Amino acid sequence: MSAATILSLPDQSTARIPKMNFITKENGLLSWLLTSDHKRIATLYLISITFFFFIGGALAGLIRLELLTPQSDLMAADTYNKVFSMHGLIMVFFFLVPSVPATIGNFLVPMMVGAKDLALPKINLLSWYLYVIAGIMMIYTMAVGGVDTGWTFTTPLSTHYLNTHVVSAALSVFVAGFSSILTGLNFIVTIHKMRCPGMTWFRLPLFLWSNYAAAILMVLGTPVLAITLTLVALERVFHIGVFDPAFGGDPLLFQHLFWFYSHPAVYIMILPGFGVISEVVSTFSRKRVFGYTAVAFSSVAIAVFAFFVWAHHMFIMGISNYAALVFSLLTMMVAVPSAIKIFNWSFTLYKGSVTFETPMLYSIGFMGLFTIGGMTGVFLGSTGTDIHLTETYFVVAHFHFVMVGGMLMAFLSGIHFWWPKWTGRMYPEKISQLAALITFIGFNLTFFPQFILGTLGMPRRYAAYPPEFQVLNVFSTAGATVLGVGYLLPILYLTWSLKYGAIAGDNPWQATGLEWQTQSPPLTENFAEIPIMDHEAYDYEWLEKQNRARQQQEEVV
Amino acid sequence: MDHISPVLWQFLDKWLEHFQLYPPEASKIAPQMDALYFFMVLVSLVGLTIVTLLIVAFSILYNKKRHPHAVQIEGSTLLEATWTIIPLGIFLVIFVWGALLYFRIYTPPANAMNIYVVGKQWMWKIEHPGGQHEINALHIPTGQPIQLTIISQDVFHSFSIPAFRVKREAIPGRYTSAWFEATTPGTYHLFCTQYCGTNHSQMIGEVVVMTPDDFKKWLAGSTSGNSLAMDGERLFASLSCNACHNSRPDARGPNLVNVYDSSLTLSTGQTVTADDAYLRQAILNPSQNITQGYSPIMPTYQGQVSEEGVIALVEYIKNLDSDYRVQETLNTTDIPPNETAPSPGQKPAAQKEVKP
Repeated sequence: MSAATILSLPDQSTARIPKMNFITKENGLLSWLLTSDHKRIATLYLISITFFFFIGGALAGLIRLELLTPQSDLMAADTYNKVFSMHGLIMVFFFLVPSVPATIGNFLVPMMVGAKDLALPKINLLSWYLYVIAGIMMIYTMAVGGVDTGWTFTTPLSTHYLNTHVVSAALSVFVAGFSSILTGLNFIVTIHKMRCPGMTWFRLPLFLWSNYAAAILMVLGTPVLAITLTLVALERVFHIGVFDPAFGGDPLLFQHLFWFYSHPAVYIMILPGFGVISEVVSTFSRKRVFGYTAVAFSSVAIAVFAFFVWAHHMFIMGISNYAALVFSLLTMMVAVPSAIKIFNWSFTLYKGSVTFETPMLYSIGFMGLFTIGGMTGVFLGSTGTDIHLTETYFVVAHFHFVMVGGMLMAFLSGIHFWWPKWTGRMYPEKISQLAALITFIGFNLTFFPQFILGTLGMPRRYAAYPPEFQVLNVFSTAGATVLGVGYLLPILYLTWSLKYGAIAGDNPWQATGLEWQTQSPPLTENFAEIPIMDHEAYDYEWLEKQNRARQQQEEVV
Repeated sequence: MDHISPVLWQFLDKWLEHFQLYPPEASKIAPQMDALYFFMVLVSLVGLTIVTLLIVAFSILYNKKRHPHAVQIEGSTLLEATWTIIPLGIFLVIFVWGALLYFRIYTPPANAMNIYVVGKQWMWKIEHPGGQHEINALHIPTGQPIQLTIISQDVFHSFSIPAFRVKREAIPGRYTSAWFEATTPGTYHLFCTQYCGTNHSQMIGEVVVMTPDDFKKWLAGSTSGNSLAMDGERLFASLSCNACHNSRPDARGPNLVNVYDSSLTLSTGQTVTADDAYLRQAILNPSQNITQGYSPIMPTYQGQVSEEGVIALVEYIKNLDSDYRVQETLNTTDIPPNETAPSPGQKPAAQKEVKP
């Protein structure tokens, strides 16, 4: 990699972290727990989702260890079922859904629109408390014995055939859903109502467009999940026949309701990640995102189409052949905006001035992995091949490519990118580049073999499997070990950087967003005075002019 | 090779020996599906190569060292239209191709031999029309289209034969079907692919594909003496179905001869085809499926007949193509209807409450 960098740090011998900022404003635990500052709430979220990420990650480690051998010998089949169920529940509802929006989004949305805070700061805090309550319920569920429904709560298995803690798990997800609805609501109101003077819709950074699209999905989709889980609990506790045909219910109704939320949920998870990639790719290419409008509208298009593709999870479930046809066609439509984005990001590099700091490395990794994740989605969206590939490791590999290869890469990219803004200090560059590389290699080694396993027919959620699948599973487990190292490293060096990192200054990346035009870490009210947006998004010429003006001023002084 | 650790060596050796990219192709549809699969692999590789090349080329050409000043470009409608329309076109081709396959896999030909599959935690029960029962195994001949009628008696399962590229969900309370025509004799995996509880990963079995001759021998060697329809006939009598469903002029239930696949008008005015699913519903949930002209006196058999029992009854009704068989059943049955039957149609007054 080239040593060229856009990093411009202040003179380290004289630079200081600003005395007055959102971290130092007030001290004591209560000042954090009762805060209404979106940056502090984002910090609380960051700590909580990291906690859950490592629980979910440890469970993933157990899954991979069990699958090292064909027999179910590390743990009993029941335990394995609980482990993968808890892994899915925690990673989906306690990490992926809140990951970018509730942490990076919470931190950035007000700053990017040039506001002091989100529109509803107390609701924002409430959303974090709901998340914590939901998290405690999930940990309680785990502590008293766990749940083995899979993250999908498939009925009638979950309602009448299991004696694990289905209700507390469902309730936990129910509460977590409200936390997500409130975050979404807050974003929508903020982006509509709190934009600073001059911040028109088409001057919004693309991060806001994609978070706005995700917020709409959260607000419209999550209530359906809440209703579905309520019905599961009602059927389980009171034997009201909703889903179980033995009680007069409709067996496919649950599938329809669950996927009506859970397919859009995939976009709730990935859209905010798209936003991060747009910001990072633009900054490290020193160029406006290629085809800003197309990228912005493709986010909205994804949000709209996301609601009309749910039955592609049910092609083999005996829905009518013609229904399958319609949903397959719509699925192909939703793949197009994603393809558009990938090409637009690639062309953002064209005639840019490209550097490869850690956030950019993660983003480039994202583009490669998401391309594979997206293309394999087409394999599953095509009705004919879905019959063979669905419910196998092909699906597991596909959504891990999108969620881990895509979303988690985007999250790490964003965390590294905005870390200097958040903490006022730089992360160490060399080791973090190494971590990005390790993550990329480990990821591919873990999940690529699973595409082949799935094509060969290995079913998902198997504690034991036929011995001919072992070798590929060994590769996958080996990869998971590497991946684990890739995820542990950032925790270590980011913590280290809190005290020893170089002072970042206001705008270490020379990026154009409003968040970079204020001090790092920002004031509680973000800006000393409400900014005025007098240029387009990603206007690097404007930034240069600003810098020149400042230099001249300093020279004059 | 001494310097390579023996464990690693064995591992690599094992890998190379068993390396496969796709499962054996043992059905007629398998090569067709693989053609689409590899077409998509090719499209993905081309797409991935283009994206990678773009990123790598731009990274080298427009590296900050080489290209210190970015040229601001808004975008390009032409380029953007290109990468909207080309992927859309490719996706549409994949959509149509996939849909053709899908309709083929889920539309059984008329001459298919029907085999019933019942899933339960955690086994597959197979019922051949000749009365052969199997558990976690499916014996079939090559060269003969086989239709599977699948149902679950508890939770969702999924019946998957990777070597045939066929999979269908086993749903409680609802028949689903799939079909295939095996081409290569051999033993193949049978998996449950829908998570169904504790021993999900033990709900596996084998599909044994045999030449037609071997299959005949197997059928002869595995028969219990009664065909599935005969089992159904016996059940029909023991449940006293024939007390009402007979050809007498004063019969309280419709005559079932030739009813299968015929078009029925229900008391609601709705017209339905009397297929497997309808017959199953009519047995388990009769009050919702009254044939026009009959009173709603039939009790429900939900909970009294197992899924296999329903299958036997349906198979019997399917084969009921002459009045003679019904009469014979009536005459030969040695079980007095009133004693063993749950309460079928004997108390019309009480039964009227079933349907308002």
